[in-house]
Amino acid sequence: MWRSSASFILDKHLNNKPISITHSIDSPPPPSASMADENPNPNPISAYYETRAAHHGIVTSEWLEQAQAAVQRYPDRENSVSPVSGSPFSVIEEFNSWRQQPDLAEAVAAIRALAAVIRASEATTMMELEIELKKASDTLKAWDTTSISLTAGCDLFMRYVTRTSALEFEDFNSAKSRVLGRAEKFGEISCKARRVIAILSQDFIFDGCTILVHGFSRVVFEILKTSAQNKKLFRVLCTEGRPDKTGVLLAKELAKLDIPVKLLIDSAVAYSMDEVDMVFVGADGVVESGGIINMMGTYQIALVAHSMNKPVYVAAESYKFARLYPLDQKDLEPALRPNDFNVPVPPKVEVERSARDYTPPQYLTLLFTDLGVLTPSVVSDELIQLYL
Amino acid sequence: MDTRRGALAVPKVRRVGFFTPTEPPPESSQRPNRSQSGPVEATTSSSPLSDSPSGNLISPVLIPPSRHHSDNLTSHAAAPVPVPGPAAFRRYLAHDRSLHVGSYNAPDSLLGTSPPSSNGEFSEDSVSLFGFQRSDSTKLSASFPNGGFDLTLAVRAPQESETIIETASASEGKKKIAEVSGKSESVTTKPQKEKEPKSLKDKTTKAERRAIQEAQRAAKAAAKGEGKRHADESVEANPGKAAKKPQPKKERPPISSSVSEKTAVAVEKEKRMDVPQTQMQYDDKSRVDKAKRRAVVEQTETKNKVELFLHLPQYERGSQLPNLSSNFFTLDTIHHAVYKVGLQHLAGDISGDNARCIAMLQAFEEAIKDYTTPPMKDLTMDLTTKINGYVSFLIECRPLSMSMGNAIRFLKNQIRKLPVNLSEPEAKASLCSDIGRFIDEKIILSDKVIVQHAVSKIRDGEVLLTYGFSCVVEMILLYAHEIGKKFRVVIVDARPNLEGKKLLRRLVSRGLDCTYTHINAISYIMREATRVFLGASSIFSNGTLYSKVGTACVAMVANAFSVPVIVCCEAYKFHERVLLDSICSNELGDPDAVANIPSFSTKAKQSKMMDNNKNLQFLNLMYDSTPSEYISMIVSDYGMIPPTSIPVIVREYRRENLLL
Repeated sequence: MWRSSASFILDKHLNNKPISITHSIDSPPPPSASMADENPNPNPISAYYETRAAHHGIVTSEWLEQAQAAVQRYPDRENSVSPVSGSPFSVIEEFNSWRQQPDLAEAVAAIRALAAVIRASEATTMMELEIELKKASDTLKAWDTTSISLTAGCDLFMRYVTRTSALEFEDFNSAKSRVLGRAEKFGEISCKARRVIAILSQDFIFDGCTILVHGFSRVVFEILKTSAQNKKLFRVLCTEGRPDKTGVLLAKELAKLDIPVKLLIDSAVAYSMDEVDMVFVGADGVVESGGIINMMGTYQIALVAHSMNKPVYVAAESYKFARLYPLDQKDLEPALRPNDFNVPVPPKVEVERSARDYTPPQYLTLLFTDLGVLTPSVVSDELIQLYL
Repeated sequence: MDTRRGALAVPKVRRVGFFTPTEPPPESSQRPNRSQSGPVEATTSSSPLSDSPSGNLISPVLIPPSRHHSDNLTSHAAAPVPVPGPAAFRRYLAHDRSLHVGSYNAPDSLLGTSPPSSNGEFSEDSVSLFGFQRSDSTKLSASFPNGGFDLTLAVRAPQESETIIETASASEGKKKIAEVSGKSESVTTKPQKEKEPKSLKDKTTKAERRAIQEAQRAAKAAAKGEGKRHADESVEANPGKAAKKPQPKKERPPISSSVSEKTAVAVEKEKRMDVPQTQMQYDDKSRVDKAKRRAVVEQTETKNKVELFLHLPQYERGSQLPNLSSNFFTLDTIHHAVYKVGLQHLAGDISGDNARCIAMLQAFEEAIKDYTTPPMKDLTMDLTTKINGYVSFLIECRPLSMSMGNAIRFLKNQIRKLPVNLSEPEAKASLCSDIGRFIDEKIILSDKVIVQHAVSKIRDGEVLLTYGFSCVVEMILLYAHEIGKKFRVVIVDARPNLEGKKLLRRLVSRGLDCTYTHINAISYIMREATRVFLGASSIFSNGTLYSKVGTACVAMVANAFSVPVIVCCEAYKFHERVLLDSICSNELGDPDAVANIPSFSTKAKQSKMMDNNKNLQFLNLMYDSTPSEYISMIVSDYGMIPPTSIPVIVREYRRENLLL
């Protein structure tokens, strides 16, 4: 899968521009409040969506700058503070410390944590290392079963790392360093993915178009930001994104970039669909059928757009490709999230708390991934090639 | 009413091209007759199309309804038509037209001399006249300049006692002329015409057949040394058989000179090379004849075949089985294990794709075990030809399923790849173990994998609908029940096989909660269902599902009710071909199974009467194709995949499959 990564575009496009969001891989951010005490996560509320909410609560451009400055301030930390510092290594801790970075996707955090596992490993044979890695990835996956990208990222990492040919012919140390190299490459590709997608999608945004977005997807934001930087003239309609009001946040960010933006309530999608030229959504996970799992409301937007013949574009990094095949909405592990209605919910009234829905592939037009621009049916091809 | 209709009925547009100034008067004189016989519109514009089977063979340009050549047909027959040209062609058309009207409207018939009952025969004859095959027409056009055709006609004419034959040969001659005169229409319509000849032979009576044969012999005598065509050879070799089944082709005198014949054959061969023929088309006469000569099983073709499905083999059931089983100990070319399996397929003792495939492979295994390479022969070559022989025997018994085709391909590939330095016992052992592995890994183990995957899609409280009997679906349901899932099963069944009963019996005996219904109630029962589980015979690379007839109906209704359709299919059944409809590739079952309804079994007489009715054809299709958009998911041994991913599996794993 990764061999076909379209990241060469990145190199071509941006050979003189610095990549703004690439962090050096080997430097974990300063660990702050540890939330690794629950393992496996007993919380019925989806940790994935909690984290996202937390991130979105603070993701502002100022904050990003600060965080980046903070990261850049400690480029040499890595040398002084080795991950193997005598204390027992915990993959969860590592993962959570990575996760603190608001701009780092959960899967990438997991990938980095697993790379750290390899680095910290004291195994002496490849088998031992593999088992250790497997255990770590299982722990990570068990920590939050509702997060598709975490699971998919771990699986893909395992595949990518352990699928090196000629491992048997080398001595352990060189094999380990090769695995480590692959792990780092994987992390790097995952990191660049968002930029790649942003560049790939530029061909689809034309001057004067109106784009409907739903929720706060960092990839979609990146796309829009890149378009604005490329001096494209377009208008964005943001849904409100209840209950966590992610759409409001996105609107705020876009307004800062001087992009004309209009905020809609979630139920006004059909009303304003006729002035929309294309729909952009992110994805929490891309499943085997080519459909996506995303924030609640994506399905209905896709349905409306499909019935009005508007293209629906999905921006998703390829580490979100998961070997799942939901047949309908209920065919997923439920990811629950507190739902605030602003008014007291009367007793005896049930509240739908699911955080995500499944959009079948027939309602999607194209998927922008770092492997290229794909039709939904290609997702399964890529997954088959990778996993089988 | 009449006048108005008359004015409307003959649109001027229709007359373009084929009308001579002399035509209108007879046209108008015929009109009253037509309005008596039925709506004028039908007769004028579309009667040849709707009326007789030959109708759809005529390209639209040939339709013009001129009747000015309403002279007696026999006069046509007697007078050899010497002038090739448009005039002759027109006459030919006119003659054809009159034939149609004759069969359409008895009192109006121009063939007053012929018995009224022969109306049907007439139309059939005209069909056969059109139905000459490509090869014939090329030969004819090549041979015409010799003038040999007129000669043979003259030779033939006195031999023929019946007017039918005469008209046949006469209009045949006209056809030749028409073709020589270079009308492109005749070329364009030829492919369609090919399927026609078969229907003729069922219609001719004994006396006619004898006449045909006599005429043929006389013709053969006349054109000595020219009758090299294999059809005629087969007549000579097996006169008894030929008498039983006179081919329409044999009516045609072998008139071409050997040189032109050779060129024609070469052209024919070239044509065949251009078009890759994957399956034998049973309306292709020469190939069928060739196959018949090699055949072990003597099949009798059924009467009254449905026109659209003439390219598929359809034989009468029940007659050949005792014959074959008596041959059991006298056979030499077919291994007894293969023979047994073939008989089982024929009798329907083994049904179900997996079972058939496993039985076949096991028979091959046994045959390979008993095989010894003849002296001076190579194991790889000889064994492959042996297997080919077995396969063609099995095809004679029952057409192969796609999965069997795949398995055979695997086996042949395995034979081909045997290392040269392997000794015979080693090679045999390796092949046997390969076959065993194929059965174990590709069928049995993959069923288990499919069950594991599919069970994950069954939740408590669901209503699972299934159609017919599929052993994988049965395994899934039983396993899901075993691991304690709470669900209900709806079994939809269909005549005539009623395979669902078997599934119902097995599930109920295991304590599952079942509902049994027929496919008539599908739209009613679909409301309850939450999942549809279907088995498959094959899945093609465009995602089309090829399965028992009725599956498409179930899938489409499920789709309309937005119930997910899950197809369970082992990956060895995937096929790289593309299927668009159920017509090109299908299997015809026993037509009597459709006709005979168990509750009406007392009315055997009535059913017999129905058998002999020319206007009634029974069609028992075995398979149908479901387009991929009605399939939500395919569960295979490669996991749960969308139907769009079939080509990926085929592409990525076909090679590995063969390597295994």
